[in-house]
Formats: sequence, C-alpha cells, structure tokens
Amino acid sequence: MITKLFSSTVILGILASGIRLATPYLYAAIGETFGQRSGVLNLGVEGQMLLGAFAAFYVSWRTGNLWLGLLAAIIVGAVMGLAMAFVTVNLHAEQGISGIGFYLFGLGMSDLLFQKLVGTVKTIQGFPALHIPVLSDIPVLGEVFFSHNILVYGAYALVPIAWFVLNKTTLGLKIRSIGENPQAADSLGISVAAVRYYTIIQGGILSGIAGASLSIGLLNVFQQNMTSGLGFIAVALVYFGAWRPLGVLGGALLFSMVNAFQLWLQVLGVPIPSDLAVMLPYVLTILVLVAAASKVRAPSALAKPFEREA
Amino acid sequence: MKRLPLILSLLVVLALVMSGCNSTSSAPTQAPQAEATQAPQKPFRVAVVMPSSINDLAFSQSMYDALIAVQKAMGGPEAMEFVYSDGMYVVDDAAAAIRDYASQGYDLIIAHGSQYGSSLQEIAPDFPNTSFAWGTTVDTFGMPNVFAYEAASEEGGYVNGVMAAKLSKSDVLGVIGPIETGDAQRYVEGFIAGAQATNPNVKVNVTWTGSFSDVSAAAEAANTHIAAGADVLTGTAQMVVGAIGVAKEKNVLWFGTQADQSSLAPNIVVANQVYHWEVVLTQMIDLIQHGTLGGKAFTINLANGGEVVEYNPQFDLPQDVKDAAETAIQDIKDGKIKIEVTK
Repeated sequence: MITKLFSSTVILGILASGIRLATPYLYAAIGETFGQRSGVLNLGVEGQMLLGAFAAFYVSWRTGNLWLGLLAAIIVGAVMGLAMAFVTVNLHAEQGISGIGFYLFGLGMSDLLFQKLVGTVKTIQGFPALHIPVLSDIPVLGEVFFSHNILVYGAYALVPIAWFVLNKTTLGLKIRSIGENPQAADSLGISVAAVRYYTIIQGGILSGIAGASLSIGLLNVFQQNMTSGLGFIAVALVYFGAWRPLGVLGGALLFSMVNAFQLWLQVLGVPIPSDLAVMLPYVLTILVLVAAASKVRAPSALAKPFEREA
Repeated sequence: MKRLPLILSLLVVLALVMSGCNSTSSAPTQAPQAEATQAPQKPFRVAVVMPSSINDLAFSQSMYDALIAVQKAMGGPEAMEFVYSDGMYVVDDAAAAIRDYASQGYDLIIAHGSQYGSSLQEIAPDFPNTSFAWGTTVDTFGMPNVFAYEAASEEGGYVNGVMAAKLSKSDVLGVIGPIETGDAQRYVEGFIAGAQATNPNVKVNVTWTGSFSDVSAAAEAANTHIAAGADVLTGTAQMVVGAIGVAKEKNVLWFGTQADQSSLAPNIVVANQVYHWEVVLTQMIDLIQHGTLGGKAFTINLANGGEVVEYNPQFDLPQDVKDAAETAIQDIKDGKIKIEVTK
C-alpha cells in the first residue's frame, strides 16, 4: 500500500492536482502581495473571490461567452477593490476589521444574487483544457504540465510578471518604499494614496479572477460560499511566501501538493483517519509559518493607515 | 513585529474555521403566505430551519421539496402553510430562529440538521404545546413534544452500488463524502456493500473532504479518483456539485443521493436516491392533529416509499443493470438483503 504511493501514477497525479489546486491561491495571493507590500492588509479577499466567481459564472451562463464572464469578474473585483481602497486610504479604517466586513459583504451578496438571478445549482461549460502544440504531446509530462485550462497557465505566468514589477520597475520601488516608510516616500513626492489605490484595486481584480478560475475554469459551477476559506489561505500564503511572488508560488504549490497527497492517501486506502488526512496541509502550513515567522520581516507599515502630517 | 505571529495564527485559525463550516447570514425568507381566507379551519402551520440553501440539490432541498409536496397533498396554503430559514449554518442563529418560530405559535417546527439537537433539547421543554421534529437522528430525548426522523441512506446507497459495479469497466469506483458520520457514512457503507455484493473484484476508493461546503475539495477528490482509474463516481452532501462538474467534463458516470441531481449533468447522472420526507411529515402532522406532539422516531426507507431510486430518463441504462437494481430494491424491501452499517 505504501509502495503504491511512489508509483508513477500517484506521483504524476499529485503533480497535476497540485498545479490545478494552486491556481486560485496564486491569483489571490499575488494580488494580496502587492497590497501588503504597499502597507495594506486586505482580509476581504475571500469576499472578492466569491463575487468574482459569481459574476464570471452568471455572465458566462447568460451570454455563453467565457471571456465576457472573466471580464465581469475583473470589473466586480475592481469595484470591490475601489471600495476597499476608499475605506482604507481615505477613511483610514482599521484594515483587518474592514477587510472582514468586505468578506462578509461578498459572502452574503454573492449568495443573494445567486438565489435571485440563478436560483438553483447549475453547471456550465468552462474554459476547456488548452492543447499546446508539441508541449501537450510530450508523453507523461504533457499530461501533467500542459493539460490545463488557460486560467491555470495565467496564474503561473503572473508570478514572473509580479516579480518583475515589484523588483525591477519604478512602480515596484514606489510600492515597496510606501510599505516600509510612507512618510519618507511622501516627502519625496510619491503619492501614497495613488499607489495604494493602485495595489488594492489590482488585488481586487486578481481576487476576482481567482474566483473566476474556480467558477468558469476548474469547477464550472457556482454554489453559496464555494470558496470555503480559500481566500484566507491565500492571505496566509503571502506571509508564508515572505511577501515575495516566488515565495508565494512555493507556498501555494507546497500547500496544494500536500492537499493532493492526502487525497491520494485516502484513495489508496492508507489506514489513516480521514480527519487527520484533511488536516495535513493546514498543519504543514502552520509549521512552516512558525519556522519562518522569526526569520522574515513584514513590510514595516503593514496594516497602518497613512495620515499625511500637516 | 511582535504582532506577526498573532496575525499568522489568527489567519490560519480563520481559514480552518472557514473551510470547515459555512456561515451565511441570509435573513429568514418567507414562503408565500396564504391570503386570509374564510376557511372554517385554521391552516396547519409549519416552520423549518435548514443548514444550507433550499436549492442545494441535496439535504436541505430534500426537505423543502417534501414540504411543497405535503402542502399540495393537504390542499394548498389554506390547509397548510410553511415558512423556512435556510442557510442556517451557524447553530446559534438556528437556535434563535427555532425559538422565534416557537414563540409565534407554529404547530410544528422542524430542525433539519443533527447539529441542532442540543439547541432543541433546551428549547422544546419551554414550549410544551408546540411540536418539534429534528433529524437526522433517532433520538427524541424522551420528550413528549419531540419527533425524530432519519434516512436509511444505506439502502439507496446499496442499490446505487449494485448499478455502479455493473456499469464500471475498470472495476474501480470512487466515493466522495463530507465527514465520516451519520447519513453520509451510512450512504457510503451501503454503496460499498452493494458494489462488492455485485462484483467481488470491484474496488471502491473512498475520500472524505472534511467539509460539507468545500466544492473545490470535492472536485479535486473527483479528479484524483479518475486518475486512480475510477470510471463511476458517487458522493453525498451539498459540496458534491464540484465533483459532478468534474465527472461531466471527464465523462465518467455519477450516482446521486438526497435529491435529484440529474439536471446538473444529464448525460452522466445514472440514478439518484431521492429522499421523500413527506412520508414522515404526513404521519407527524396526522399525529399532531390527533393530539400526539412527539415521542416517536421515524425512518424513511425504500419499503415505506420515503426513499426512491429515481433513474435519470436521459441516461440510457442497460436493461440488465436496471433489472439488477430493481431486484436489489425488492430484496431490501422484503428484508432479504440486510445491510450492515457502523451505527
């Protein structure tokens, strides 16, 4: 039984599952990374994901056009981000609390809209697995790495882009400096408000896409509270990844692979109580976080509202 | 940076809580109420509290559909009216709703979820003239105004298992359950028993997602089963819609339970065990109208018509498979097949 765990079917299965499972985490956590690097903690990710998931599902279902659905998720995410930015930047609200508020809003609102506009659980035809010439035809590896839908590839493409923007562009420099010392950045003529608006709205957009990657990509269905805590894991992954896109990628993959691994443990009938198996990814996350917490440093201005000195 | 570990642990705790339960705060919705009529008799009034939404294609919907059926059978809203609160995942909220309904003088208040039991145990004695029902359980707490109801879900599970074993070409079946307990566990045990009785070589792989709401976990469980060779899947609780989506995409067969799930994927859903709680509700209402407010436990099963295996008309089921299912149904009804369950 244990030897079966190391068969090629299982290892490839874990890889393919892990790659898929990491998708929504990547979108949401990369968005959150930008926000936190600029000093804004957004705990509303889950709510933004739910509304994005619903918007994408509803528009795709009504129009039959998945790209319009994706666009709807982007718009809804942007609007949610805009509202969050107004509350945190202009009104200087306590970020943790207002984020929870936005989460609850998204949870309730997506359910309400679903009940009123759709009524019952339905499936739709989501983005199909993309066939990439040559790559998809490689035996074994093609199946594992190149048999996914476009939103999965998008998530992985986002990681180097995010790394580049954060580390190699002026915008990235502004974001990082505002997250460390907004007073100093402000005195150099950088608009703290404008940059934070940008990062929060971008975070909202990416959370919306994260939701869409579930409702019109991986699951092709919408159900009340379908994200079921995914958005909060995404926020934890930002800490896990030490506020770096590559770290986030590592964290998302590790968490997802362990999750895929525990599913295989159960499928193979390894005699381990299911409750324990399900806990595995969470326990591992806690352990890694505890180990990492003493070594990494969060952006200094994280979760602190910025008020310009008169 | 002293706050960092605190924030981290809060996040993880929050994530754990969120993944385990789903807390909607949707306000109690009112079913259309009857206009005041000149009918000589007051309508029989029922209130129900449910954990998920009335259209979850699973547990809560089975109760909602049953109440609609009872209302129709009794002669419409003039004879029986009902209100409901759905999405009551938070037990405290549910308890408040149950108490509210009791105060408003409903004739029968249904707590549709075994998690509501301890709340009901506290509330019921305060309203000795109101009848309460809760499920799924067999425990009435020995109270004269509490009914209990449950589903012998292993029976339909067995029948689904028989068909699944006959339809599978790979002899590997996959089961996706929420948490290893109650109704879900019995269904899974029944399914395994039916499959193995039909074909001893069949292998039934079981995964538990640890959650009633985690759609994406259910979907990935389905992916894993398919990767492990399964060509027929089944599962129970409301998060299985994620698994049905995957089954549809990968074109493997699906067996449903609790409610009719054919509409989700008409090409691959073979059959569903559908709960018809109206069998139980009618008896309860009759007892209440004759002065008995509780103290009795009911079970729906194949024999009393509370559970019905409904074939998806759009799926072309081979005759020999259907015959095997019908034989199993008859044998279970006659008591020729006894299904062992843990509880």
